[in-house]
Amino acid sequence: MSEHEHHDHHEDEGPHASFSGYMIGFMASVVLTAIPFWLVMGDVFASPGATALVILGFAAVQILVHMIYFLHMNFHSEGGWNMLSLLFTAVLLFITLFGSLWVMYHMNVNMMPGMM
Amino acid sequence: MSQTAALNTGETGKFDFLAKDYHAPNGTLLGFWLYLMSDCLIFAALFATYGVLSQSYAGGPTGGDVFDLPLVALNTAFLLFSSITYGFAMLQMQQKKLAGTMIWLAITGLLGLSFLAVELYEFYHMIHIGAGPQRSAFLSSFFTLVGTHGLHVTFGIIWLCTLLVQLSKHGLIAANRRRLFCLSMFWHFLDVIWIGVFTVVYLMGSMT
Repeated sequence: MSEHEHHDHHEDEGPHASFSGYMIGFMASVVLTAIPFWLVMGDVFASPGATALVILGFAAVQILVHMIYFLHMNFHSEGGWNMLSLLFTAVLLFITLFGSLWVMYHMNVNMMPGMM
Repeated sequence: MSQTAALNTGETGKFDFLAKDYHAPNGTLLGFWLYLMSDCLIFAALFATYGVLSQSYAGGPTGGDVFDLPLVALNTAFLLFSSITYGFAMLQMQQKKLAGTMIWLAITGLLGLSFLAVELYEFYHMIHIGAGPQRSAFLSSFFTLVGTHGLHVTFGIIWLCTLLVQLSKHGLIAANRRRLFCLSMFWHFLDVIWIGVFTVVYLMGSMT
């Protein structure tokens, strides 16, 4: 009977979540959200460029926090295929975003002066 | 053969599938994850479009003119709280408590509705003052990106209501637990997208 229950438990797919995991993720997210809003709304840095870089850094860290504590990402879920597809998507994401911005920026810069 | 032996020791890397054959007990969760990754690419295209067009004001309002940051902060709080309340629903599900799962799901749905209400008010207000999607390329890409996210939240809420009905009818059966896992991934994924939206669109946009 106990063997049967054990088997049942393994059929219960999906990651096992914990209260402390969710709370750590939530607290970290609150801090990582509040600081960027404070930086922009309080005009903490004189240079908008510096502010933009810092808040992009906070966003990247918060995305990682959500991935780990809310989406339960690791190298072992679904035999590693979750992480492999995520990394593949991240590469496509990078090419799409930076490729577009890079190409379109140079298109703008190289426009004929008469058209500007 | 020696290669196989080397693979079986698991020394080749961190990924499990390098070391052993993987057969998903049920492909739904992996399949749904792959759907989310393709959804992520839709948002990548929309973010890239917004990035390219975000300075094309056509003489119209800039982000600094039309964005109301306290309202965005409120909306961000709604989504963040809805993430943790969905987490609580999943914890209740693990303990096989049907009532608790449904209560936390309902709270998650209400927070999602609050988010949508604030976003619709923001859109209505912007269109009312003449900053609608047809005003400039910047505003077109803004409404497309943020509107697509809002549409996802809308469908998430519809899905959530459907699940509440199914839970009340059939309880925490295996199929419903699987659906709860899928919606959990969808809901947290939307919160991840929102991190990009409030950072790139609202915070960086309001500095212009």
